[in-house]
Amino acid sequence: MSETILLVLLALICLLSALYSIFTRKVLHAVIASGVISLTASIIYLLVAAPDVAMTEATIGAGLTTVVFLYTLKQVKEDGDD
Amino acid sequence: MIKQLLVVLALAGLAWLLWPFLAEFRVSESNNALATEYIHGSINELNMPNVVTAVVVTYRGLDTLGEVTVLFLATAGVGFLLKRRELKGGKRRAGTEILRTGASFLAPLIVMFGVYIFTHGHLSPGGGFQGGVVIASAMLLLCLAYVDFDFSHRLLTWLESLSGLAYAGLGLLGLVLLGASSFLDPRFMPAGNWLRLFSAGAVPLIYSCVGLKVGAELSTVLDSLRGPGGAA
Repeated sequence: MSETILLVLLALICLLSALYSIFTRKVLHAVIASGVISLTASIIYLLVAAPDVAMTEATIGAGLTTVVFLYTLKQVKEDGDD
Repeated sequence: MIKQLLVVLALAGLAWLLWPFLAEFRVSESNNALATEYIHGSINELNMPNVVTAVVVTYRGLDTLGEVTVLFLATAGVGFLLKRRELKGGKRRAGTEILRTGASFLAPLIVMFGVYIFTHGHLSPGGGFQGGVVIASAMLLLCLAYVDFDFSHRLLTWLESLSGLAYAGLGLLGLVLLGASSFLDPRFMPAGNWLRLFSAGAVPLIYSCVGLKVGAELSTVLDSLRGPGGAA
């Protein structure tokens, strides 16, 4: 029962951050919100007994993709300033 | 107004298309024939407790080879498009003492954890891709902590090429030693004892190659994206 509540809560956070990343005006906030989506998704995978997928999602989705987005954002901004 | 109406209509159409999948969805009580075969084969023939690895490396090994190829092409594209600019020091503030000390303390441990993940891919959750990304995250930590941290590009290139070649070579070795239709079959090496590191045939070797390759490739990507003046 408590696991179901946790799952629903995580799914809600996931959905809300997805909506936030679509509607926010700041690209940096959108990138961080998309990282939160991956993080909550990876915890959900772990709870439904898929640790392999959870690991992939946490490392690639929450870690690497966010960093790549941040680097790209920085490069685009710098080129805009020139 | 018309635009919003069209959006609503498109969403309704998608919902109508996808509704049958949701309506027919049932949580199955038992595994189907293919899943039963995979679980049976993984545990009895391949001697591998982690069935996911058995499917990824052995039964669907060609897909994994394809994924590795896609990652290689993506890395090549990033390296080709983003010309490496000279790292100019001084533009960015150096990391603090705490960050630098913490990063140099943690980075070797993170690399070791990545190696643990990909060498134990056949026993515990995880595998080559996850372990490789963990190794790349250690490199990222060092990039963030040290302004002028530099990779040995020669080492990365050789590591990537050699581990890719070794992966394809291990697949071909299966083809040579076990006969036709056994490309990427790991059973040309002894199955070993249950739950030992050196068991499940060539799977630890294959996953080590994949892990090293993914780690080297993603470190290269991070380094290409870093741009002038160090990290973001």
